[in-house]
Amino acid sequence: MKTERSGAEILVESLVAKGVEFVFGYPGGAVLPIYDALFGDDRIRHILVRHEAGAAHAAEGYARATGKPGVVLVTSGPGATNAVTGIADAFMDSIPMVVITGQVPTALIGSDAFQEADTIGITRHCTKHNYLVKDPSQLAGIIDEAFRIATEGRPGPVVIDIPKDVQIAQAAWSQVAPQQRNRYNPQVEAPADDIAQAVEMIAAAKAPILYTGGGVINSGPEATRLLRELQKLTGAPVTSTLMGLGAFPADDPAWLGMLGMHGTYESNMAMNRSDLIVCVGARFDDRVTGRLDAFAPNSKKIHIDIDRASINKTVPVDLPLIGDCAKVLAQIIEGWLETGRTKADLTEWNARVDGWKARQSLAYPRRKAGEIMPQFAIERLYALTKDKDPVISTEVGQHQMWAAQYFHFMKPNKWLTSGGLGTMGYGLPAAIGAQLGNPDSLVIDIAGDASIQMNIQELGTATQYRLPVKVFILNNEWMGMVRQWQQLTYESRYSNSYSDSLPDFVKLAEAYGWKGIRIEDESQLDAGIQAMIDHDGPVIVDCLVAKEANCFPMIPSGAAHTDMILYGDEVAGTMDDEAKALV
Amino acid sequence: MKIKQEAQERHVLTIMVDNEAGILAKIAGLFTARGYNIDSLTVADITDGHDVSRITIVTHGPPAIIDQIHAQLERLVPVHKVTDLTEVGPYVERELALIKVSGKGENRVEALRLADVFRAKVVDTTTSSFIFELTGSPDKIDSFVGLMKELGLVEVGRTGIVGMIRGASAA
Ligand SMILES: Cc1ncc(C[n+]2csc(CCOP(=O)(O)OP(=O)(O)O)c2C)c(N)n1
Ligand SMILES: [Mg+2]
Repeated sequence: MKTERSGAEILVESLVAKGVEFVFGYPGGAVLPIYDALFGDDRIRHILVRHEAGAAHAAEGYARATGKPGVVLVTSGPGATNAVTGIADAFMDSIPMVVITGQVPTALIGSDAFQEADTIGITRHCTKHNYLVKDPSQLAGIIDEAFRIATEGRPGPVVIDIPKDVQIAQAAWSQVAPQQRNRYNPQVEAPADDIAQAVEMIAAAKAPILYTGGGVINSGPEATRLLRELQKLTGAPVTSTLMGLGAFPADDPAWLGMLGMHGTYESNMAMNRSDLIVCVGARFDDRVTGRLDAFAPNSKKIHIDIDRASINKTVPVDLPLIGDCAKVLAQIIEGWLETGRTKADLTEWNARVDGWKARQSLAYPRRKAGEIMPQFAIERLYALTKDKDPVISTEVGQHQMWAAQYFHFMKPNKWLTSGGLGTMGYGLPAAIGAQLGNPDSLVIDIAGDASIQMNIQELGTATQYRLPVKVFILNNEWMGMVRQWQQLTYESRYSNSYSDSLPDFVKLAEAYGWKGIRIEDESQLDAGIQAMIDHDGPVIVDCLVAKEANCFPMIPSGAAHTDMILYGDEVAGTMDDEAKALV
Repeated sequence: MKIKQEAQERHVLTIMVDNEAGILAKIAGLFTARGYNIDSLTVADITDGHDVSRITIVTHGPPAIIDQIHAQLERLVPVHKVTDLTEVGPYVERELALIKVSGKGENRVEALRLADVFRAKVVDTTTSSFIFELTGSPDKIDSFVGLMKELGLVEVGRTGIVGMIRGASAA
């Protein structure tokens, strides 16, 4: 059946056809036709955020927690530019997202019209692809391709910029799915020869390690399952990037914890001393490698990645396996079983790893009586919530690293954090998106006093949609991570890193219709956390923690994995310019 | 602190792309955003339906960066195929230049004589000037332009190169 529909109606129908449940958005002049098409349509739920950055991060949180693409709808000009941080964030962390932006009418494009911005130009390098739609008859096909591009291969954000006249103009519309253009076909399986070689290398390794990343989570639950299976077959210990936490259960004896700048001593030492690194869906990011010329000098490297551009980008590898993590892991496991391989004797390697574990790199000093160490607060939060299988989001800073170190994840899609871009203000909207996707889950944003203020307005969104999101602020009255770097590299010259004039977070919570709880002393910690869990609604916990605690272990910038600072807590100093110049 | 430099290689890449709005900005922008070099870039659509364009880019950089450029280009959705002619070789590369020379007497005669040696065509003339059209490898054009500097060179326009693999098959 073919009928005429407006561009806006075609958009809505196409989103419904794609199975979209939620659209995170904010209205404005250039999207009024779309908002009108959404009005009274109960097939899609529009979530009205308070700022477009919130919409993009909420869509990211939804996507990360459910595995489905997040959808954003914003107006032209400031609506689109406000969303850019979230788009760039999704690009860095490979989050599937489709962003619909309104644009001024076609005839006004280029005339500096009211609320005109070159959205296509601005988002060109922080999207996987973007479109300016000039004809409503192309909309259905473009939306179809946009969802494929956002979700297939290495996922990422796609922007569809729709001028207002195109939203209003009519075009033929049919229920039949539009013809696929079929120009995007990422390679998902690795060649058999390479698989055979990988099996050979793994079987021959005396000191292997599995280094896993966000790609395993993006690939889906099957990849997680196969990772566990490969580990069982090979006996190799497992470490993960920040983005990959949850792909491998943190209670498994083979788990080494996170690696990299704030990773555990054992994971960084094991990477450095290994003779084979099997990288699964990670990208040798600078936060992971530390000083490149000293990174894992004696190891062979296998790199499984669906993005060919990630191969050899920073670290040259011996065997690239381009493909989807789940597919390639399945191929390796099949090759392993077919050739009748057995676990190599890793007794010596495991003993060395145990030696590094014995250093207890996550131990932290106790402070004065009553004062809450932030690490301890996370440990208690974990202990009291773990049975509920919570979803945890974070902001960016020390609290994020402490959450990664002391909260433990057994399953994928439970850990939402801004890894690549490191965007303060990500956590609260991401928690809102995750809660919508998982209405029965306990969703907690582990926040810092500075970061939470970056998208604090989204408290109102949670109130409006009755979302029982929890925000747990590790309030150290500092931009702690900045302060820590200044302490370590700029002789404690604390330039503009003090969180002055903080609001009363309890009153702020109450002003938005949330419950507010303050925890000031270690003796109140468990009861406070329990009260947060028990409250059937949104809660801010303002947890006052030791103000100058530092996040260790740490590989200072410019240092090698083997030069970690362990419970150094009181280190102060300076660095040469070469080290300072590293991010 | 000093910024470090690495050894560079020159590579010629051909890129087949969907002829859609913004694709050139996307490709040129990829080079600027990631700090790659463009020495020359040519583009024109090459199909009857005007839906596919062929881009030739000359770039230089360390081998690992050249490989990254290749991979990053292939990652763009409208890009069908990237061929590194320098890698796949042997290949032909040609560039067209327009060269304006003005002068009288001896210089004018000498310019015309050299043009003949280089097989440059005269495409415009006045009693005191020529515009030569010269096709060839960039080196050949460089040396012709170098000679004309002594004989009254006024201006030069160059297209940048197009390249193609030698032999019977397509890249
Ligand atoms: C949008 C943004 N601006 C600036 C930064 C740089 N930055 C990283 S951590 C940090 C301080 C965060 O402070 P807080 O949220 O209190 O966390 P803490 O480190 O104290 O736990 C800053 C400013 C950033 N990551 N994101
Ligand atoms: Mg803080």
